[in-house]
Amino acid sequence: MSTEAMTQRDRGPAIRVQGVEKSYKDLHVLRGVTFDVAAGSIFALLGSNGAGKTTMVRILSTLLRSDAGTATVNGFDVATQPHPVRESISLTGQFAAVDEILTGRENLVLVARLWHRDNPGQVADDLLARFDLVDAASRKVSTYSGGMRRRLDIAMSLTGQPRVIFLDEPTTGLDPEGRMDVWKVVKGLAAQGTTVLLTTQYLQEAEQLADRIAILHDGRIIANGTLAELKQLLPPATVEYVEKEPSLEDIFLALVGNGRTDESRRDQS
Amino acid sequence: MSTHVVEDTAALLGRSLRHITRSPDTIITTAITPIAMLLLFVYVFGGAIRAGTDKYVNYLLPGIMLIAIASGIAYTAMRLFQDMTSGIFERFQSMPISRSSVLWAHVLTSLVSNAITVVLIVLVGFVMGFRTSAGPLAWLAVAGILTLFTLALTWIAVIAGLSAKTMEGATGFSYPLIFLPFISSAFVPTETMPGPVRAFAENQPVTSIVNTIQNLFAERAVGGDIWVALAWCVGILVLGYVLAMSAYRRKIS
Repeated sequence: MSTEAMTQRDRGPAIRVQGVEKSYKDLHVLRGVTFDVAAGSIFALLGSNGAGKTTMVRILSTLLRSDAGTATVNGFDVATQPHPVRESISLTGQFAAVDEILTGRENLVLVARLWHRDNPGQVADDLLARFDLVDAASRKVSTYSGGMRRRLDIAMSLTGQPRVIFLDEPTTGLDPEGRMDVWKVVKGLAAQGTTVLLTTQYLQEAEQLADRIAILHDGRIIANGTLAELKQLLPPATVEYVEKEPSLEDIFLALVGNGRTDESRRDQS
Repeated sequence: MSTHVVEDTAALLGRSLRHITRSPDTIITTAITPIAMLLLFVYVFGGAIRAGTDKYVNYLLPGIMLIAIASGIAYTAMRLFQDMTSGIFERFQSMPISRSSVLWAHVLTSLVSNAITVVLIVLVGFVMGFRTSAGPLAWLAVAGILTLFTLALTWIAVIAGLSAKTMEGATGFSYPLIFLPFISSAFVPTETMPGPVRAFAENQPVTSIVNTIQNLFAERAVGGDIWVALAWCVGILVLGYVLAMSAYRRKIS
């Protein structure tokens, strides 16, 4: 890993996207997207299915070239300097990118070797402990639950100690407990100074996690701000009295017990 | 560009070799059909085939090896296609690893697994009475030609694995390749075939490769066949490699 990529160049935003466009034949997926993400913050790209969130993430993680506009990550242009960009980032895609046939530990060791980390075994063991996967470490990933797979997926993304992490719909398909596990990880990452860009179609998720939220609709950013700023876009709230009923989530968590991950996960931060 | 091609390829090779050792059925199923053919042709049809050698198994074994390799490379397309659909391919692509190591790891895995299959077939051949007086150098030449043949076909499998839309598409391309040895000198000498079929059989790659290996095993002069065989293998290898790399670049751009 070059030392160049380790330090944020010119202290600008961690991610800068200016006028990015992308079309697939006649389908204009992105029609001039512009936004900045400050270093060390959590930025949520909110949008419905097909809004272009994944396309944007793929461009930023050097998997796809844009048709127009520029994008820089950690100060490097994604189109012309892909290698230092790849040294700065990690991508956790929509579907857990884990090797089903390998064990959890083997997955982590493999990725640590590809990152050329010293002592890949130690890196793997640390991450297994951090993500509460020690007991499952020597089991094949094909036996893992959805939440465990996602935790392993994110752990694999962190082996390279990236400065910027992309999470594309990290909680889609997870049960409520799995989702809260992921939220906790994301908050922990930001607390350590990692920049997080996450896409989601769940409003609640953006509300819970993000310092700033941008709404991507029809290939454009139609709103971008903090939650408070976005709330001001609507007329002031009127006061109504409503009987408060517990949400299904409250009931679910009360019944299954919410303490599991707090006890068993150590050293989150 | 990364300077870690060898380390990256080694790490990824370790991964796909684990896949093979955890599902040895891929090697066994690849070996079973050619072995069944070997048994069928030697013990059922062989009595009626005049191949000009004292033992038909000696004549047939080289062609069976090629059939095994032609079917074995479909697993490379399958493994590559699985990587593409599972998302792990994208993980590797978004990492600062050398670009070509992902493909080379699959290609080297194909070499290893096909080598094991061929060894299994040769062992069965020995049990069935296959004998050769070939010395170490001739064996080495056979191994070299089979390696080139495997490499050439594997790069074609890489194209299929990269560009297929479905698993059937990724693996289906190998059927014509498996059929090619039948219309060659692998089962019967080409002199017995009618004009146009004979012309095709004598001018397609498998015949020159089969003839070369047959001659090496029988300690006969390999003649011009070895050069034709090498030209075919290297030609297909270069073409397959170039097309696979361009398919790969399309995939990652």
